[in-house]
Amino acid sequence: MAGVHGPAQMPSSPFQAETEGGRLVLRFAGALDTPTAAARWEEAHRAAGAGAPLTIDAAGVTSLDSGGAALLVSLARLAGEAEWREPSEAAPRGALERFRNAIPAAPAAPRPKPFQPLTNIGAATLGRLRALGGRMAFLGETVLATLRLLPRPWRIRWAEVLRHLDEAGTRAFPLCILLGTLIGVILAFQSSVPMRQFGAEIFIPQLVGISLTRELGPLLASIILAGRTGSAYAAELGTMRVNEEVDALKIMGLDPVAWLVVPRILASTLVMPALTMVMNVTGIIGMMIVMATLGFPPVAVLNQLEQWLSVQDLAGGLGKAAVFGLAIGYIGCQAGLSAGRGPRAVGDAATGAVVGGIVALVVLDGIFAILFFRLGW
Amino acid sequence: MVENANAEAVLTAQGVAMRFGPRTIFKDVTFEVRRGEVFVILGGSGCGKSTLLKLLIGLMPPSKGEIRVLGGDWSALEGEARRGLLRRIGVMWQSGALLGSLTLAENIKLPIEAHTRLPEAARALVASAKLGLVGLDDAAERLPAEISGGMLKRAGIARAMALDPEILFLDEPSAGLDPITSAGLDALILSLARETGTTFIVVTHELQSILAIGDRCIMLDKDAQGMIAEGDPKKLRDESEHPTVRAFFRREAM
Repeated sequence: MAGVHGPAQMPSSPFQAETEGGRLVLRFAGALDTPTAAARWEEAHRAAGAGAPLTIDAAGVTSLDSGGAALLVSLARLAGEAEWREPSEAAPRGALERFRNAIPAAPAAPRPKPFQPLTNIGAATLGRLRALGGRMAFLGETVLATLRLLPRPWRIRWAEVLRHLDEAGTRAFPLCILLGTLIGVILAFQSSVPMRQFGAEIFIPQLVGISLTRELGPLLASIILAGRTGSAYAAELGTMRVNEEVDALKIMGLDPVAWLVVPRILASTLVMPALTMVMNVTGIIGMMIVMATLGFPPVAVLNQLEQWLSVQDLAGGLGKAAVFGLAIGYIGCQAGLSAGRGPRAVGDAATGAVVGGIVALVVLDGIFAILFFRLGW
Repeated sequence: MVENANAEAVLTAQGVAMRFGPRTIFKDVTFEVRRGEVFVILGGSGCGKSTLLKLLIGLMPPSKGEIRVLGGDWSALEGEARRGLLRRIGVMWQSGALLGSLTLAENIKLPIEAHTRLPEAARALVASAKLGLVGLDDAAERLPAEISGGMLKRAGIARAMALDPEILFLDEPSAGLDPITSAGLDALILSLARETGTTFIVVTHELQSILAIGDRCIMLDKDAQGMIAEGDPKKLRDESEHPTVRAFFRREAM
């Protein structure tokens, strides 16, 4: 730590240790301030810890701050019992008295927490179950609120839905275009090496097209959604909860789920097919660029795609994407509305939304894979 | 109480003005604060009290004018010199502004660690003394989220006092507190001012509090874009003819 009290001050209050009739007398004089106390701390404690009964003679101290008073009190504590000679001047005497009166008589011993593994495991399990219960209850509330709104679609806050569509959708387009093109280029390049060995480069469009539309397009778009939008939902709703805005809505007779959650989930569900489509198209364009460098004109590539890519591939991917969007929106809102209080809680909620969203979409993707396989899509 | 009107000035503001873009918050604010007094900056909402406080503690430079704190001018101070001056003032923020991840004792040790070379044992002693001074000795190991608003403010004062500052700035100490807690806080400020000789600069609009603790005050006004009164708050209450000052002190509608 840099010296902040000007150029390295020499301690202005050297203390002297003397022995008077079997007692150790530590005599302080002059200005006993924080830099002095810091500089002489070790030395004074070594002297006081010698074992002889201690007298702290502060009669000559002319000024005393908290650091100086801490030194004197600490010395007295070290000796167990000390005889005091108070400062003769009023100001340091008052300062010393205030300091001694303010600290608790004995240092507060930190309470060690007993180690109880069984209790801890039980508490953790109950906590998890309770969180799961909360999640299920929230799912129920969301479904109910949506059902209540369905026959009265004009009561959905469409302006809010549009705002969220813009934030989750149009503003994510540049990122999707960039990512989609790059993925298309990378996939085409990576597959061109093994394909060339069999002279099968003409099948690259089929490979890239199918993996993009069925799998990578929806997956990458939903990772973008989880990172950009899921976390934003959680942080936004978490902050609203901290500011008691959610409670205010309840008291005004507005259902926070219908008011806050439904527009967001609706937006994240509707926006996903669009993001995925952007991903698919730009990915195919990226692949076409690579194919052109390999000597295949766009017409040949498009012919291949037309021949091999079915509407089912595309529709399956887009449908999957919508379900991913629903899950990510739901998890983001749930994390936000169940956030604790305080700035750290909002951060935790945002992290939980992203992690929970990505885990959920991988699990869902697995389920879809099995489903599509069984259906023969 | 200022027995000596000629006591040394610890803070002076000379022709201070503040503008945000085209909007003038205040202009021509001139006053001085003497050592050992409780000086109150008062005024209604939106008059620039908190902005003035930010200028006084050097968080922002004024658009015009000069501010000297303990002889130093924030805009001319950098590095070690600035740290040296920062060490001599303390600020209690409106909401306490304690770090949420640290216990109260750790919060108070923080400035001591930053500015001195006291060993941990000394820091712990000073922290417990400061907490004891504001009556929070049994809450040392609690987190800010676990204590009430009044306790947060007191802990904020304890942290502001950690380095025995010469000037203590308090932003709205009694805002949001019940009358009893608020009166307790006023009593604490008064006893600290009298016993430690610390100069207090308090920004507030709580009438009771102003009359209880203020030795002198200035009043800012939004419409006048500046100071409209200066002096002993009790005298202002009884004698001022300014319509806004009368409205403020006598709770009259204007």
